Amino acid sequence: MPKIKIPHKTPHVDMTPMVDLFSLLLTFFMLTATMKPSEPAPVDTPFSISEKPSPDKNIMTITIAKDNRVFFNVDNGPDTILHFRPKILEEMGKRYNIVFTPQELRYFEKNSVPFGVNIKEFKAYLAAKDNEKAKFEKGIPIDSTDNQLGLWILFSRKVNPSAQAVIKGDNDVEYPLVKKVLDIFQDKNLNRFSLITSLQKVEVVEEAKK
Amino acid sequence: MAEIIQEDKHKGGKKKPKKHSTAIDMTPMVDLMCLLITFFMLTTAFAKPKVMEIALPEKIKKNEKVEPPKIAESRTLNIIMGPNDKVYWYPGKADPAALVPLRETNFSATGIRQVLLDRNRALFKKIETFKADVTAGKINIRQDSVQSAIRQLKKTDDTGPIVLIKFYKKAKYKNFVDIIDEMSIVGIAIYIVTDIDWLEQNMVERALGIPLTATAPPTAKK
Repeated sequence: MPKIKIPHKTPHVDMTPMVDLFSLLLTFFMLTATMKPSEPAPVDTPFSISEKPSPDKNIMTITIAKDNRVFFNVDNGPDTILHFRPKILEEMGKRYNIVFTPQELRYFEKNSVPFGVNIKEFKAYLAAKDNEKAKFEKGIPIDSTDNQLGLWILFSRKVNPSAQAVIKGDNDVEYPLVKKVLDIFQDKNLNRFSLITSLQKVEVVEEAKK
Repeated sequence: MAEIIQEDKHKGGKKKPKKHSTAIDMTPMVDLMCLLITFFMLTTAFAKPKVMEIALPEKIKKNEKVEPPKIAESRTLNIIMGPNDKVYWYPGKADPAALVPLRETNFSATGIRQVLLDRNRALFKKIETFKADVTAGKINIRQDSVQSAIRQLKKTDDTGPIVLIKFYKKAKYKNFVDIIDEMSIVGIAIYIVTDIDWLEQNMVERALGIPLTATAPPTAKK
């Protein structure tokens, strides 16, 4: 009996459709990915059971770092043509008699990172190179004599009335400082806000005691 | 033109252009793309932080006289956050004449949660059965109105405790988030974050066994 001849095939697979699909996925993920903004100070957020995702737009973030420095950040609003950040900085400058140049305002608009800089050093901070910025990050003054955080909040809400406040605090920040920040919030009539937390599910066992 | 042809002739067609196959080995490219996709998928999924909403009472203006709200002493539960994640609690009102001892507990499942749950059992059960009914399909309600329905349940409740949350000065931000989180886990209807009293401060210090720092304010009552 003659043997059945198995046709000799090369083990070559056409990978083109797979590559196509992969490129598509890659493009999708790259475009949708929101890069984690660089933090001037590492912050360990506490856990909670809340599953509400933090909003992307219209937020002002008050970061309280472990070393008691307070940082502030605000976004440009839902649309880039709104230019919220430069407007807020301009208002802030007006209050302290500092005139920011259009270049400085533009730079501030583009670089949306949390800052903990005294407004009086802001010009130097904006002009400094990226690796020299850290020495200006001493934390925003929050004392009652020089309450710059309060002013940042005030002007952010003046420019963008729908801005929501979000507190991002470190686990180990002592309560009196938190209280100070909360007092500033209440002072500015900012009574509803959110705390950034990480998700941790909790099961509650409710045994009936008799 | 002519020159080029000439040159070709010199070589005499000895060299044939090598025939390359049009198939490219795409394996390294696919490898790299796999890697990148995995990277982006993982980073996008975990980058989103969660938020916990909180509302503070409106600040009372200096020259505005507001009567402090009257609350039933029997329903009041005071929780004081101490240092090192300690939690102290006592029911009712602190009286300098008859000091109630602080009870110490912690953030474990059998700690402060059990205390709150014991007092809030009626409301907690109501919320849990409501949630179960919604999942089982017994109650036909839109998903986005579930939260407001629960809020309504909380509003009409009059059995649960009124929790006053206070912080000793050495408490951490973590405790602040944890205790408010406990409130939502147990479904406490009314809770207030308020300032610590000098008396309570002393109570905590006595419980810790450290010298007392707070003294009674000179005027009897503000």
